[in-house]
Amino acid sequence: MSDPVIAGGRVEDLLRELAPQVLGALVRRYGQFDAGEDAVQEALLAAAQQWPEEGVPGNPRGWLITVASRRLIDQLRGESARRRRELTVATLAPADEFVATAPGADEQPADQDDTLTLLFLCCHPELSPASQVALTVRAVGGLTTAQVARAFMVPETTMGQRISRAKQRIKATGSSFRPPPPEEWADRLRVVLHVLYLIFNEGYTASSGPDLHRAELTVEAIRLTRVVHRQLPADGEVAGLLALMLLTEARRPGRTGPAGELIPLAEQDRALWNRSAIDEGVELISGALSAAQLGPYQLQAAIAAVHAEAVSGADTDWPQILALYQLLERIAPNPMVTLNHAVALAMVRGARAGLDLLAQLDSDERIADHHRLAAVRAHLFEMAGEPESAREFYGLAARRANSLPEQAYLRRRAKLLGG
Amino acid sequence: MKYLLLIHQNPAAFQALPEEERQALMNEAGVICNELIESGEWVGGEALTDPSTARTVRVRGGVPAVTDGPFGESKEQLAGYLVVECENTERAVEIAARWPDARHWAMEVRPIMDQGGVEM
Repeated sequence: MSDPVIAGGRVEDLLRELAPQVLGALVRRYGQFDAGEDAVQEALLAAAQQWPEEGVPGNPRGWLITVASRRLIDQLRGESARRRRELTVATLAPADEFVATAPGADEQPADQDDTLTLLFLCCHPELSPASQVALTVRAVGGLTTAQVARAFMVPETTMGQRISRAKQRIKATGSSFRPPPPEEWADRLRVVLHVLYLIFNEGYTASSGPDLHRAELTVEAIRLTRVVHRQLPADGEVAGLLALMLLTEARRPGRTGPAGELIPLAEQDRALWNRSAIDEGVELISGALSAAQLGPYQLQAAIAAVHAEAVSGADTDWPQILALYQLLERIAPNPMVTLNHAVALAMVRGARAGLDLLAQLDSDERIADHHRLAAVRAHLFEMAGEPESAREFYGLAARRANSLPEQAYLRRRAKLLGG
Repeated sequence: MKYLLLIHQNPAAFQALPEEERQALMNEAGVICNELIESGEWVGGEALTDPSTARTVRVRGGVPAVTDGPFGESKEQLAGYLVVECENTERAVEIAARWPDARHWAMEVRPIMDQGGVEM
């Protein structure tokens, strides 16, 4: 007998991989994304209970499709009975708007086309980011509502409601289970990548103890982005996003100390960084930069790669990072980019140059009151040899912080300066 | 980002409103709740009973002292709360501004502390 914990873990991985394939097959066959997605959830739950004990069936995908189909048919029957209607073939025939263009498409073997099509559907621009994220993690990622709720720290009923409303909204838009038309493709893909990035960032916030479930989201985001990259290998932004995630995730083991306290990038023990994730990320971004059209994810990944390749904080190639931030600020300006640009500028031309650049953010209401602005200012004052001002701004940043570990870090910095 | 939206109200003034007007305010709030559920921004929220039903508890020297009535002594009291998850403070403020109590009394928007963080 295999260790049930390990077996359970393997079953879960397998289920997450199969979830979009099973849902894709069901939607093609019955044309019901909303009810189909519920049926797939039930089949996944049944498998999660049965497989670790009874063993994984020979054709796990077939098993899930069969179980999910039965649930869906039961549900549709129940609905039509409630409506005092007889079950007719028409009830089960694919609704026109959901039929895939190619006839017999549901006979295709496990294909990953479905994952991308499902992502386009779940990241529908009519939905709010919170709904896009929740629906993607459940319908494409194969997580249960309870797991999604735990990861995002909202009550399970709220999460269930959020997901079902999102599906109703998609239904109301009359969206089809097809990739978007060519003229919408680029915009829709941008939304999908943004949602994957939000999922990643949600999981990347370091914390110990109570929200370990949250950390799982980075793994999910990387897994889903990998699938998209396999399907669109020539898309530089997809490769860039995957590289950015890998290069960021690689630092996870070095970013917190024994008590869960945050360690700034410059002070992290780089021996702890995940070398294979760095190698993969560097290779991906190098390939993308030389072949594809430049985009913001690629630039952010390139910056992360420069950090990852430095053997120490002091060894960092800041002129290169500065050049990349200048480019990023040109193609995708936003105040967070300016903030990081100011740090790079300070490292190359001195703290004063960085502080001067920060001054322009004081009038930008998107960031003027953000604790990160005060934190960077404190850091640059410290660099400039002005500990009093540094202490004052660390204090201000700590008061404004909306994150407990970041607040603790900022208070420690202030204290080191005698605050 | 999660935000706590505190509904401050003057209970005497609220009770003094004509019945239809009170009902209209509550219906208006109900519409916003449904919209927030629809948009996926709703996390939770409840209305509270009258502040006169509150108990304020203080423990001094290990001895709990319980007094009747709310902690704050102002005319405006906490009447309920919402927790929303939205993209930024501007959006949270926009929701608060639509809440009917904001026209009569005040809504307070407080960002909720995140247990997680990112290194700098």
